[in-house]
Amino acid sequence: MAYLELKNVCKSYGEGKNKTEVLRNINLKIEEGEFVAIVGFTGSGKTTLINLIAGLIEPDSGQVLFKGKPIQGTSHERGIIFQNYSLLPWLTVYDNVAMAVKTVFPNWKPKEVEEHVNSFIAKVNLSHAAHKKPKELSGGMRQRVAVARTLAMKPELILMDEPLGALDALTRGNLQEEILNIWSEDKRTALLITNDVDEGVFMADKVIPLRPGPKATLGPEFDIKIDRPRDKTALNHNDNFKKLRNSIIEYLMEIGAERTAGQEVSAYELPDLVPLQFS
Amino acid sequence: MKTMTIKTVKFIGLGYLEPLIRLIAGEEVKKNAKEAFKKIMIPLLSVFFFILLWQSFSDYLNNVESEMKIEKALQDQGPEAAKKLEECIASGDISCRPNSLPSPLMVVGALGKLWDDHLLLSSKKADFIQQYAAVNEERLAKGETEIKYTGRPSFVDQIFTSLKTVFAGFLLSIIIAIPMGILLGLSETLRTSFNWIVQIFKPVSPVVWLLLVSMIVKTILANVDVEKSFVISFISVGLCSMWATLVNTSAGVSSVDKDYINVAKVLQLGTYQKIFKIILPSSFPMIFTGLRITLSVAWMVLIAIELLAQSPGLGSFVWEEFQNGSSDSNSKIIVAMFVIGLIGFMLDRIMMIFQKLLTFNN
Repeated sequence: MAYLELKNVCKSYGEGKNKTEVLRNINLKIEEGEFVAIVGFTGSGKTTLINLIAGLIEPDSGQVLFKGKPIQGTSHERGIIFQNYSLLPWLTVYDNVAMAVKTVFPNWKPKEVEEHVNSFIAKVNLSHAAHKKPKELSGGMRQRVAVARTLAMKPELILMDEPLGALDALTRGNLQEEILNIWSEDKRTALLITNDVDEGVFMADKVIPLRPGPKATLGPEFDIKIDRPRDKTALNHNDNFKKLRNSIIEYLMEIGAERTAGQEVSAYELPDLVPLQFS
Repeated sequence: MKTMTIKTVKFIGLGYLEPLIRLIAGEEVKKNAKEAFKKIMIPLLSVFFFILLWQSFSDYLNNVESEMKIEKALQDQGPEAAKKLEECIASGDISCRPNSLPSPLMVVGALGKLWDDHLLLSSKKADFIQQYAAVNEERLAKGETEIKYTGRPSFVDQIFTSLKTVFAGFLLSIIIAIPMGILLGLSETLRTSFNWIVQIFKPVSPVVWLLLVSMIVKTILANVDVEKSFVISFISVGLCSMWATLVNTSAGVSSVDKDYINVAKVLQLGTYQKIFKIILPSSFPMIFTGLRITLSVAWMVLIAIELLAQSPGLGSFVWEEFQNGSSDSNSKIIVAMFVIGLIGFMLDRIMMIFQKLLTFNN
């Protein structure tokens, strides 16, 4: 039995004529302790997929099984890091994290909560900014808070919805390593959604391309057999890494080409008009 | 010290004083002098022009009025009386002063008079209290009621009475509008089913509210010993002004960012926690905007309501002055107008400070 399993999951939005089928027959199996990355184009239904697993939305048909049981709504076992941080702007960094910790561990003493929160803020290198409000922070710092908030909840499954999508390349690289460092402490199961193939290959054990929506389905799995901890610079010269990256990109390019080829070019019939002749 | 002052001044919305403070501190004299001139001198100049315009307009009106008076005297009483009246007007005697828009100086004079009157009345009141202190103590010991000072209230007393009424009304509208707004914001069914009430009663005039409230209060409090006019006027003020808060609260609550709702879902907050930890804080800015509008509407309608309800306060002061038609009544009415405006401005500033203190801004 897989740790997380999606069976023939379909999801569509709208009704009648405006109905768009976003996901069709998604089948996915993730084992305990695996780090899986799903890569795909923007607008291919990645966020819908992760919201389904988080329990924020329900599938139209098919099943999402977590530890063998169908999921019902959200749960503290499945933590999610949102694409747009979703920090509460009226709370400080500390309070944002503390609020999550207090709701997940209601029986903890204040002292325990404080230590736990501070340790996670320290892990994302934000101790100096613990009492700042989100609006005083840069994008990268905000996403760090979001990471700390989710990981401080000690979820069994970490869901990441393009967590680094809005960041610049430098911050992105740093945060990738930070997330990996924290993750490697207890190697929980993780599902990363990204549009960056390099990011997927660098971070995950398994990369699965998402064939673009509407009617998105999952492509073949690519196992990343590169030893951890991985070094970003060394990786660039690793043949295995290059080969994997190229084959994933090739695959994505192929389906991208298919997608454009598949679109019908609608032709407009022009009215048959002849200019008036003035003689 | 300087940075602190600038911060405070900006916080209370008087940011235009910043260059002046910097200038006094001797910082970048040339640049700040220019800024201070632009931000302070030019507005002051506009005040000066306003007063000039007012002066010339009141001169014009008074001339028209006196000419009309002289003309009338000439027709009714003959040339001798007309000449006498003309001399009297030229001498500036109070008895024959034309009754029109008072000049700025007259208004300042009326302000001084009102202040002197206040000092006189409050010393009278203090004397009274001192005089009757012993008697009242005795009466209280015997279980009888105190003898209270029932003299005429001064202008300053009227201001405080008005403030008391407006705060009572404001409090009432908070108590009604915020919980109602939250309820309506949370449930779409409630919102659509009660929308008609909001839409119909929102534009109703304060005068009508006053009549409605007095119909009800008169019956309910028929045998209760309270100041009915005060109760009637503060309830009318509350009902008139609560709509802005109600509408803003329900709009704020119903339009909470989906991201925050997702956070609430992921954290699995209960209904109570969701409302108090997510929905309310995120709609605070809108609620406060509503409260600011409510307070300024409350202050505006209060004057009209006091005027009609015979309830003491600035409104009845204006009305009494208008009715008694003494020589300086018009000036006193203008004084009241400026005082009403200034207090309204101050109330709004106070609300703005609260808003800045209590809400986050993006």
